[in-house]
Parts: sequence; C-alpha cells; structure tokens
Amino acid sequence: MTQTRNLIDENGKRTDGRTIDQMREVKITVGTVRNADGSAFIEFGKNKIVAAVYGPREVHPKHMALPDRCVLRCRYHMSPFSTDTRKNPAPSRREIEISKVMREALEPALMLEDYPRAAIDVFVEVLQSDGGSRCAGITAASVALADAGINMRDLVAACAAGKVDDQIVLDINDTEDKEGGADLPVAYMPRLEQVTLLQLDGKLSQEQFNECIDKAISGCKMVYDIQRQALMQKYFGNETELKEEVATQ
Amino acid sequence: MWDALAKGKRLDGRDFGEQRPLEIEPNVIKKANGSARVKLGYSEVIAGVKVSTGTPFEGLENKGALIVSAEVLPIASPHVEPGPPDEEVVELARVVDRGIRESEMIDLEQLVLVPGKIVYTIFVDCSVVNVDGNLFDATSYAVVAALLGAKLPILEMQDDKVVDTGNTRDMPITTVPVSITAARIGDYILTDPASEEEACMDARITITTNEEGLCAIQKGFTGSFTADQIKKAVDTARIKGQEVREKLRGLAK
Repeated sequence: MTQTRNLIDENGKRTDGRTIDQMREVKITVGTVRNADGSAFIEFGKNKIVAAVYGPREVHPKHMALPDRCVLRCRYHMSPFSTDTRKNPAPSRREIEISKVMREALEPALMLEDYPRAAIDVFVEVLQSDGGSRCAGITAASVALADAGINMRDLVAACAAGKVDDQIVLDINDTEDKEGGADLPVAYMPRLEQVTLLQLDGKLSQEQFNECIDKAISGCKMVYDIQRQALMQKYFGNETELKEEVATQ
Repeated sequence: MWDALAKGKRLDGRDFGEQRPLEIEPNVIKKANGSARVKLGYSEVIAGVKVSTGTPFEGLENKGALIVSAEVLPIASPHVEPGPPDEEVVELARVVDRGIRESEMIDLEQLVLVPGKIVYTIFVDCSVVNVDGNLFDATSYAVVAALLGAKLPILEMQDDKVVDTGNTRDMPITTVPVSITAARIGDYILTDPASEEEACMDARITITTNEEGLCAIQKGFTGSFTADQIKKAVDTARIKGQEVREKLRGLAK
C-alpha cells in the first residue's frame, strides 16, 4: 500500500490523537443477549460488536456430530449499515475467511472433548466497524464463551499492531489500516503464552516484525485484563476485588 | 509418524526444514497471456493469466486491477465435490492473493489506460489438479511463475475505444514474493507439509517474503504457536524463500 499523507504528526500523535503505544478505549459488557447461553458486547474504539454463544446443544445436521468432541461453528458477519458504503448482507469471501480464522483462534482455548456429539455456535455480528473488527470480535466471542460456562483453558484476547509512517504502533484504526504500511492482527492466550491467530498484510522487515508481534502480544495482555474485569463485574459485581487480585499476581 | 519425527526424520525421509522436489514448467497454456504448471511433491497446480480491461477498484483509481483466484478441481482428490468453494478454498485463494498483492509484485500504476476510468485487469486463475498437501505454496509459486513469464498485450485508446495493438511486452515486475508454509506437529515444525503430515498437524503457518522482508502471514488450522516458534518460522521462510526465488527468477530468463 502506498501512503499518501502523514499519519503520525510531529508530536507523535496519531490521527485519533493516540500515542504509538496507546490502545483505543475498550469496553466489554457481559450477558447482553437475553436468549443466548452466553454473550458479550464490545466497544473497541468505534467498533460495536455483539457476540452470542448457543450451546453446547444438539448438532444439526446430525451427520456433522463428532463422537469424541464438540463441533465448534463460527459466523462472523457485518451488518449492512456497519460500513461507510452499504455492505451487501450476503456473506462475502472476506467474512467466510474471518469466520474460519476466528474459529481456529478460539478452538485452542476450548475443552471441546468435554462435550462429545454436541455443537457450540458462536455468532459475531459487527454493528459498526472501525478497523480491527476481527480482533474485537474474537475478544468478545471468548468472553461470551466464558459467559456460557463452556470449559476453557484460557481466555483468548486479540489486538493488532502495525506499521504507520515507518513506526510500529499498537492497535491500528480504520484509517491506519487503509492508508498505513502493515497490519498484524494477533490473538493470544496470555496464561498459556500461545498465539492462536496471526495474519499479516503489508511489508515489514524481520526486525520490524519481531517488534510488531511483541507489541501486539502486549496489547493482547491489556485486552485480557479488560475481559477478566468484565466477567468479574457480571459474576461478582465488584471490580475492586479483582484489581486487588490482579495486583497480587 | 511420531517414531520418525523422534528420530529427526519425516515419513518421506526429508529433514524438518526440507521442501519436496519443486518442478516449475512455464507457458503450458498457449491461449493464456501467461501460465505455469507447478508440482510440489505430488501437489500439482496450473495457473493461467488472462488480461482484459475494466474499471479500477474504488479508492485505487490510478492502479490496474490484479485478481488472483483458486479452485480445487473435483479431479484433484476423492474428497473434493463439485459446487461452490468451501471455506478452505476461499482461504487458499485469499491467502495466495494477499501474498502477491501485499508484495506489490506488479507495478499496477503502469497498467492504467484512462486514469480513474479504464485500467488493465489481470486475472490469475489457479486450478489445483492434484492434492498432496501444502496447496498454499504450490499455488503461490504457480501464480508467480505465470506472472513472471506473462506477456502483456499493449492496448491503446482510440476514439474512446480500447484497441489491441497486437504487440506485447513483459509484465512490470518489481519483486518476487515467495510463500513458505510450515506445519507444527507437537513441538516439531515441518516445512512444506505433505498430506499425511497435514492430517495430523496441530497448526499451520504460511509466510510470504520478498527480497527485503515480510509481506504477508496467515496462521491456519486449530492449534497455536508460541512467539518463539513464529520467529523461527520467519527465519526459515526467509532462507528457504531465497532458494525458491532464485529458481523462479531463473525461469524468467
């Protein structure tokens, strides 16, 4: 991608006023969809995304069922009004790919072997998009899965890093994604130290890549704290307790 | 499989970092503007380049359009059924397309006839003819080889109409992107996984590099990687990528 204007000004501020190491504001609310077994609403900058989990439940069609484990199905979808120009509601090739990588990002965290012959459906609906929607979607889906009481090894937190004006920055926004140099979305299980999603588009040298992935992982750890706090808020209603617990770790 | 890996070998006798024999045959389809047949082990892909004209993409008014697609033919394996592409094939096409696009292999700014209105549209369509693992790399090499050998028809505008002058020139190539895929099985990282290795892999990573550095990455499959494993895979992709790049460049001469 060729860059047409400076995206970082002389004071080191980005188009939305952030510094290069600053994440957009992230807010997660747990249990927003009443009918779902688990759900979460995330605001990640201007992204507004709702994730809902149904299951474990019976598999339809039945031949999809696996004898030793649960089937995980994922659908990432963007509402027609979520983008600048109307998006055709039919699933695009981009959405099909994101649904796949999203499922593969969540699966390592789930103890699917605990629910043989069943299915878990994860639906991620992007109501308003702002760059980095796949990361925000995975983050919300992981919280929704925890809210549904699915047995999990860890939460999956996701955050991107990228290259803008030849600098490595955390959590790139829509403008930086479209006009900047590179985008590296990462999903990470912080307790297990495992990367479950990794994509790159754009040019990076090997040194820049190493810096970029470390930065993205540090972002994932920040997202992880927000996920834990959101879950604690719903189930214990007391944020201070968690902060103490986090501090003592 | 495990016994072999524990002894430091793979089922087909390769070392962990070793690629299967790579055969590239350029210009196999005379009706296409460029083409190539690639065999990576027993995986076989044919890519064909077709050039036409069209309107530019929104936001990219002063660039030609490059579209890479891929299809796994029903003849390629007993597990393939005709019909709309499933998500694995969609991923294959998109990952190969991303590697070529992000590397800016073709200088698309040279492919404009009327700025903002009419540009060259370059389709690279790939048909997988036989499946034996690692279709990502086989398909990517086929696309690159087809583009390297392609002849671009020289088109002109005459009275608001596009006219073929009958002459051709080489594609405006800026760089040669090379994709290297590795599979993780337990703690072993295997370059260029064959079918039987893909059947028991935990996770997969496809890394596309050009002469300067990285252009695109895609982690696939249901497992995960540590940050160190990824950084090592990037090292391998750069070294192996250089070997394949020399081979591809050699063909173009």
